[in-house]
Amino acid sequence: MFSIERWQEIFEALNKNRLRTFLTGLSVASGIFILVILLGFSKGIENGVRTQFEQDATNEISIWTNVTSKEYKGLNPGRRIQLTTESFDAVVNKYGDYLERKSPIYSLWGARVNYKNESGNYQVRGTNGDYQFIENADIGSGRFINESDIAENKKVVVIGNKVKKDLFKDEDPINKNVSIFDMPFKVIGVYFDPGGEREESTMFIPISTSQQVFNAGNDIRSMEFTSKMSDNFDEAVALSKSVSEAIEAQIKQMHIVAPDDTSAVRVWYTLEEAKKIYSLIDTISAVFWFVGIGTIIAGIVGVGNIMLIIVKERTKEIGIRKAIGAQPMSIVGMILQEAVFVTMFAGLFGLITGLALLEAVGPQIDSDFIKYPQVDFGIAITTVFLLVFAGALAGFVPAYRAAKIKPIVALREE
Amino acid sequence: MIQIKDLHKSYHMGSNSLHVLKGINFTVEEGELVSIMGSSGSGKSTLLNIIGMLDEADKGSYTLDGVVIKDLNEKIAAKYRNQFLGFVFQSFNLINYKSALDNVSMPMYYQGLKRKERTDRAMHYLEKVGLADWHHHLPSELSGGQKQRVAIARALASEPKVLLADEPTGALDSTTSYEVMELIQQINDEGKTILIVTHEDDIAHMTKRIVNLKDGVIIKDENVNQVKAKAHV
Repeated sequence: MFSIERWQEIFEALNKNRLRTFLTGLSVASGIFILVILLGFSKGIENGVRTQFEQDATNEISIWTNVTSKEYKGLNPGRRIQLTTESFDAVVNKYGDYLERKSPIYSLWGARVNYKNESGNYQVRGTNGDYQFIENADIGSGRFINESDIAENKKVVVIGNKVKKDLFKDEDPINKNVSIFDMPFKVIGVYFDPGGEREESTMFIPISTSQQVFNAGNDIRSMEFTSKMSDNFDEAVALSKSVSEAIEAQIKQMHIVAPDDTSAVRVWYTLEEAKKIYSLIDTISAVFWFVGIGTIIAGIVGVGNIMLIIVKERTKEIGIRKAIGAQPMSIVGMILQEAVFVTMFAGLFGLITGLALLEAVGPQIDSDFIKYPQVDFGIAITTVFLLVFAGALAGFVPAYRAAKIKPIVALREE
Repeated sequence: MIQIKDLHKSYHMGSNSLHVLKGINFTVEEGELVSIMGSSGSGKSTLLNIIGMLDEADKGSYTLDGVVIKDLNEKIAAKYRNQFLGFVFQSFNLINYKSALDNVSMPMYYQGLKRKERTDRAMHYLEKVGLADWHHHLPSELSGGQKQRVAIARALASEPKVLLADEPTGALDSTTSYEVMELIQQINDEGKTILIVTHEDDIAHMTKRIVNLKDGVIIKDENVNQVKAKAHV
């Protein structure tokens, strides 16, 4: 196996049959190459979609209200339903055990905000400390809103990175005062959001402060929760669904809304959405795997075919070698060693080219839905060996049979 | 050198059975140059193949250089072929992607010789057949006579006891045939035992003994006055 003489013999044979060597190598290398690219992009799509989805907590439940569309208990349709701090507290009291994060919201769209000479229009959202986790906001500097801010109606604000860039440029905004509708608010923190600029142009203030300065009394615009996650995805979805429905029923009852009125109280939860998307990802990777395995099978069949042809073509040579004293097994060994060497070399070549391409092109891809395409190296190496093994097996049978042929028969073959 | 007693061989094709050799008795001494003659179907090639261990007899005994050739498996047959025999075929049977030198070296590769020694010895035999200047040429770049001379060099390279030639001149014109025969006579004069299968009378008369085969039996076995091929060249 490791004799230099044998290798010299093999390299001579390969070198003298360059086209054959090249074709064998090409079919193996392209099979592996395509598989690597396919698996890489499948992973890239999975990463991309997952990131898209992770902008906000995946187990989020939102509740907001609108006008009634049905008459109920003597009340006319067209009545506006107003959520209040009391309705929020009632929900928390009743379903708190199933909810992880709870946050009431009072927000104003397009508030005028000034700092020195810079100004802009941003959404100002009154909320509490839990909201940071519902929004998946990362605090870059400073802190988020806390309980004492709310208890004391402090005029403090947490701004998004985009707001910071617009108003403060390179200045450190912490402890500086911005004016919202000409009222001074002290900046206590800057946050980043994986969702990007769109999600970084909101300003958060304490819920109590927003109700006070915008004269909202006890009113809130909406409430947001996250339901408890469990390891079992289906269980989590079921919990999220039943909690959402229970909260909807409770609010309808509190605000005297017909149970079948679909427009007055709106509840939306992301987990069901998540389930759809994850099953989409699963389907996509299944398709890619299917195509990839198909490619590999085609590669194996191709290699097998080439091996058959090679052995057929070399039957006479085998006969000559036997006539001048070659042992049958030395011939089988030589053909196999040659086949394994070519498939292995070509397989690794395809693997490395595929990985290099992913490495080079991956970071250039500017799409929200494909991110960091990559391949599990173990899987890739396994396929290379699988292909080599299959090629060797496909070569062994005809080589063995050819070596068994009596030299006289092999020599007669023209 | 070769003792054959009551050799039988049949071929089976489906339900038909063809009795090719029907009891051959035949002895060759060292240094003889024997031609086996007969029309096609007489069994001459089959006899040569059995002597060459490319094929096996059904019945009878065969002794080569004191070794009883019997119940050979592929491994031992390969070893004996390498050790005792050199082959020359009608269709040359050179490996077409190897140069003349590499073709001649090959039997020595299977004898386990080092590359350096193989090359030296192969060059020596190529010189002997007058093709030293052609050593790097591929078979496709050589004429028929040159190919056959490379094949003879290859057969000699393993330094066999017996040289077996199956219609060595069958694919050559008469001038080239005589050149090849001259080479074979020269090798025989140096003491090598040689068996030639042929159906050409003039070629047969260039050997020292003619064995005539018909329908699987020897009908005539006689020593002849050797015609030197040189006279014809």
